[in-house]
Amino acid sequence: MSNIRKAFDHGKAFIPFITCGDPSLEVTEQIVIEMEKAGADLIELGIPFSDPTAEGPVIMEANIRALAAGTTTDKVFEMVKRLRKTVKVPMVFMTYANVIFSYGAEKFIRTSSEIGIDGFILPDIPYEEKGEFLDICKKYDMDLVSMIAPTSHDRIKMIAADATGFLYCVSSLGVTGTRSQITTDVGAMIETAKQVSDVPCAIGFGISGPEQAKEMAKSADGVIVGSAIVRFCAEYGTESPAKIAEFVRSVKDAIATV
Amino acid sequence: MNKGRFGIHGGQYIPETLMNAIMELEEAYDKYKDDPEFNRELTELYNEYAGRPSRLYFAKRMTEDLGGAKIYLKREDLNHTGSHKINNVLGQMLLAKKMGKTRVIAETGAGQHGVATATVAAMMGMECEIFMGKMDCERQALNVYRMKLLGAKVHPVEEGTKSLKDAVSATFREWTRRIDDTHYVLGSVMGPYPFPGMVRDFQAVISREIKQQIMEKEGKLPDVVMACVGGGSNAMGAFYHFIEEPSVKLIGCEAAGRGIDTFETAATINTGKIGIFHGMKSYFCQDEYGQIAPVYSISAGLDYPGIGPEHAYLHDSGRAQYVAVTDDEAVDAFEYLSKIEGVIPAIESAHAVAYAKKLAPTMDKDQIIVINISGRGDKDVAAIARYRGEDLYE
Repeated sequence: MSNIRKAFDHGKAFIPFITCGDPSLEVTEQIVIEMEKAGADLIELGIPFSDPTAEGPVIMEANIRALAAGTTTDKVFEMVKRLRKTVKVPMVFMTYANVIFSYGAEKFIRTSSEIGIDGFILPDIPYEEKGEFLDICKKYDMDLVSMIAPTSHDRIKMIAADATGFLYCVSSLGVTGTRSQITTDVGAMIETAKQVSDVPCAIGFGISGPEQAKEMAKSADGVIVGSAIVRFCAEYGTESPAKIAEFVRSVKDAIATV
Repeated sequence: MNKGRFGIHGGQYIPETLMNAIMELEEAYDKYKDDPEFNRELTELYNEYAGRPSRLYFAKRMTEDLGGAKIYLKREDLNHTGSHKINNVLGQMLLAKKMGKTRVIAETGAGQHGVATATVAAMMGMECEIFMGKMDCERQALNVYRMKLLGAKVHPVEEGTKSLKDAVSATFREWTRRIDDTHYVLGSVMGPYPFPGMVRDFQAVISREIKQQIMEKEGKLPDVVMACVGGGSNAMGAFYHFIEEPSVKLIGCEAAGRGIDTFETAATINTGKIGIFHGMKSYFCQDEYGQIAPVYSISAGLDYPGIGPEHAYLHDSGRAQYVAVTDDEAVDAFEYLSKIEGVIPAIESAHAVAYAKKLAPTMDKDQIIVINISGRGDKDVAAIARYRGEDLYE
């Protein structure tokens, strides 16, 4: 069993996302430590990309700030290495195909494995294209997280059957970003996936806070929150770790009672 | 390796949200591309609406002036809306109609593709929204107004470099938001499969006509076919029916901007490396960590950090050659063709004219060059005046 699966061993999992290097890698490091303390079960570390086509404005701007601050893949690796001396919670990289490809897929995946990363989320790698990365991930015992979307319909079973780590269930059409309400029947998507796989299912995209997280947790094994957290970095900068810790705790508490 | 590959290039690197829409498009295209009724309708639109076939014009004075190969201009600038873009738009929008779509979205750089899409949307009675980099909106203000006049909604894109790359990203984002009734009319031979092959097929009418016209005029194939390359749709269209004719040299002219030894360039093959972006594997201008480079060219239509996957393959296999042309050379050629032939080419097309000026004198007088004049230059007049220090605004 991979480390990612362990994140789902203690009730509903909370999976916060953060863009590495926004406003600086030192702050990201503190945020990750605070997130673990506040009860995060799995942490998604975004490696910034110049043109993040699956992101809404909040994370897009975080990517731009992180790159402007001089964040690079190698510096993110160094940060994870430092974090792993104390942080035990599973961590995955969320980034775009070109960040891995240009680094050399094998070198990127091997290094990630060596520094204690547990898997990858690549929004621009659909089921049909995953082969070129999946073979290397398997070699280093890393999970390449699969995604299903409200438009996946007949593709859900095919994708879920092969999913490892967890299945990322995209709650809404469009890009990342908080939404006042989620209208997709995510529960039905997850039921379909569960017919063919026992892989944990986590819902992401559009979740803005504890109430919505609680609602989503009713039909899933975990919830992912990105933009609502990244917004704290934009607003509070170096003061954001404490604010984020408070937010993570509030979401964790809310879903614990589901 | 998945379908839709040109050598190692191409593929479908897109979010899961778009996969069913892309597969639906693929199925529809497979169904209609060889359908006689679809092709009859498309040919009728090409001829009656767009004014095809476009002329293959012998540039007598230019030929004499350069003193080498005979030069022919393929006059895509004479098409309705003033560029080759209409060929692809008519094809895709006829297909979108058959698929039951009622709304189209598109990116645009120079505005040519946006104008063509807005035009056909008006003609077919479809809702139309165009995404255009804010910087491009400023340097191509006339085209923005033209699109609005045609009933389209124009969204200036404020992100990133505010140019074509960001317009493409914004249109993909919009497509993931609203898929059911919407078709993305991608403007070049790029993006995820089936776009590169489908757009090429709709543009291949250019080389089909060149072949027939040059046989009528000269009784033989040309020695060189050349075209400017951004994403590469006019070039792919001009090359396609000559790929299997090894005697015909194919030359793509990239925008070098201020030079390929500077950072202010958009010459992808000459300065980029292989990457994955905008749905495809191909060559991209990028840094050592794969961050897409902020490219530059005087030409908004060539100001793109990537190139279509089939061009990447033609480069890898050596079948086509890709040369870099600077802003200065392109502006000189823009003025040259205007004065010597009375044809004002788009600044994009002027990149091909510039290289022809260098190449023709090195060739024999019985040899033939065909330059694809992908668009007309009216839209560029104010920008060229500014480049020459004249404070002229539309």
